[in-house]
Amino acid sequence: MNEMRLTEREDVTMAESKISARGVQVYYGDNHAIKDVDVDIQDKTVTAFIGPSGCGKSTFLRCLNRMNDTIDICRVEGDIRLDNEDIYDKRVDPVQLRAKVGMVFQKPNPFPKSIYDNVAYGPRIHGLARSKAELDEIVEKSLRRGAIWDEVKDRLHAPGTGLSGGQQQRLCIARAVATEPEVLLMDEPCSALDPIATSQVEELISELKENFSVVIVTHSMQQAARVSQKTAFFHLGVLVEYGETAQIFTNPRDPRTESYITGRIG
Amino acid sequence: MTDITHASPGRPNSILAPDDRTRRRNAAEARFRLYGILAIGVAILALIFLLTSVVRNGAGAFTQTYISLEVALPADKLDKNGNRDPAEMAKVSTFGYKPLIKAAIQDAMAAQGIAIDGLKKPESLVSEDAAAQIRNYVLAHPEVIGGSRTFDMLASGRIDGFYKGRVTMQSAERDSNVSPEQLRLADALKEAGLVETRFNWNFILWPDASENRPEAAGLGVAIIGSLYMMFVVLALALPIGVAASIYLEEFAPRNWFTDLIEVNISNLAAVPSIVYGILGLALFINFGGLPQSAPIVGGLVLSLMTLPRIIIPARAAIQAVPPSIREAALGVGASKMQTVFHHVLPLAAPGILTGLIIGLAQALGETAPLLLIGMVAFVRDFPAAPPEGLFDPATALPVQIYNWTQRSDPAFVERASGAIIVLLVFLIVMNAVAIVLRRRFERRW
Repeated sequence: MNEMRLTEREDVTMAESKISARGVQVYYGDNHAIKDVDVDIQDKTVTAFIGPSGCGKSTFLRCLNRMNDTIDICRVEGDIRLDNEDIYDKRVDPVQLRAKVGMVFQKPNPFPKSIYDNVAYGPRIHGLARSKAELDEIVEKSLRRGAIWDEVKDRLHAPGTGLSGGQQQRLCIARAVATEPEVLLMDEPCSALDPIATSQVEELISELKENFSVVIVTHSMQQAARVSQKTAFFHLGVLVEYGETAQIFTNPRDPRTESYITGRIG
Repeated sequence: MTDITHASPGRPNSILAPDDRTRRRNAAEARFRLYGILAIGVAILALIFLLTSVVRNGAGAFTQTYISLEVALPADKLDKNGNRDPAEMAKVSTFGYKPLIKAAIQDAMAAQGIAIDGLKKPESLVSEDAAAQIRNYVLAHPEVIGGSRTFDMLASGRIDGFYKGRVTMQSAERDSNVSPEQLRLADALKEAGLVETRFNWNFILWPDASENRPEAAGLGVAIIGSLYMMFVVLALALPIGVAASIYLEEFAPRNWFTDLIEVNISNLAAVPSIVYGILGLALFINFGGLPQSAPIVGGLVLSLMTLPRIIIPARAAIQAVPPSIREAALGVGASKMQTVFHHVLPLAAPGILTGLIIGLAQALGETAPLLLIGMVAFVRDFPAAPPEGLFDPATALPVQIYNWTQRSDPAFVERASGAIIVLLVFLIVMNAVAIVLRRRFERRW
């Protein structure tokens, strides 16, 4: 049994992947939250994690940039590789990792500073700009990528917290892309937004995949179907099914996936 | 239709008429509001009573009566050998100057044509401090010897009290320190324009004076001592307190040891301040060998006392910073320390500052621990400039108040109330600074 699964794993690794996770286990104290998850996330694609609440999709996402390190009782086992380097290796500084793997959170959380400073913060602490002009350029480019430049270009020094919810979330995306990450993790980025803001952010995600590998956790199956190329379905801490989005939604292999996308569980 | 309304007994058919239950609830609410208004009313009354009594008793300390007299400075009395040698001139003590003041008053009476029957000791209108004042001037300016000079001299405490309503003709009859005749003389001199009551900077600038010279007593040394101690407390308790709270909140692992520290900090905040005084006496003076009565020791003791009172609100302020801000900073690749110093600390700063100012205000008003480390002493010499001055003897404002309330002369009651006003002004200024700083930090949002 074990050997068989190992050979399967070998097969998956053959494909071109940005992040590959093997046998990931996550424990919150005694609670076994993620059970033996294997996933390969490809470059320049949008991968969606779907599943009912509490199924561990956000927990797994937070393993990918070691955000779980900040939780004392959280323990991660297994092997997660970014460009074939183990991100849980002792030599890895999570700060360096997070510069490569950016994150956008469920609730828009701009810093209580100006719009400009929000975006400029990452480049500043990573030393990406050598001059004020260069920093201005990065800020403009990031805000354009965040599809919010036109709305804020005249008030870059107004507080970021004064924007509307949807604008704040796009500002947070602009802030995340400002550090030129290779992977962008999004933890239910639209759950606090209205439908119009949601569609703006979804459009943005489709554009972002030209440059980044995007991993998005979402409650909304429609959203997963709209924006992603690959979909992973989590249930009770187990990765039930992972494949092409079209295949998952039209022809799921696992009965649990089918019950979920048809609305019988979750 | 009727069936439905009858299905819920106790509920009236109309919402226009309140039912019993609603009426009772509304009455309870009205009662509760009344209690609140009463409580606030009592608090405001107490505050008004405190302020009026302090201001009424203490306002007099800020004005002082002066007598302006032309004093002849004969060479044969002040410099017998005529060689203007400072060492020889210094041999004439203040007793040698008293007859000059007496002569000056008699001259003034003669010049103004004042004659009062039964007047004894007219020179006691002038403070005993005046002799020292003239002597100091003469020693500093020997060239005035042989001529005369007009001095603005402090009136004695009783004469001063006469113009502030503390002393009356009736009370003077029973008073061994002043007679009604002397008061009449003072009135006559005032009519002649020689006696004047004006604002008393010396109350803030001069050091304390002895029992029988309340008119010369000032808060200078006490204010400097208090400022030095606040400086020490600020320099020690702020960085240590903030660093401790940041470490405990953001970096320390949660285990039995940090729990123990937390419990201990809460307990230390409740320890009576006099215990810190004993600790300071044992630790800094007996063991550490620091001088007694020194602001450095007072500052160290007050720092120990203030630390838990700064750490507790600082930790609460840090805790109140939303975790989403920390996640946002970590998410863009900030290190733990960058997260704390760039985002958490600025957001927690208003709360930390409030705690700090409250802690400092408590330290400023603290008396008990200072009594134990010897800051209750009578200090007339100003401490030097810092840092050496931190090791010189000094007193503190609350201790000065305590000291003055223990003296018998009623003029010191006025002085003590005046010192309370000064202390309250200091506290108001500190709170105002705290409010301004808080506003400034909050505007960063």
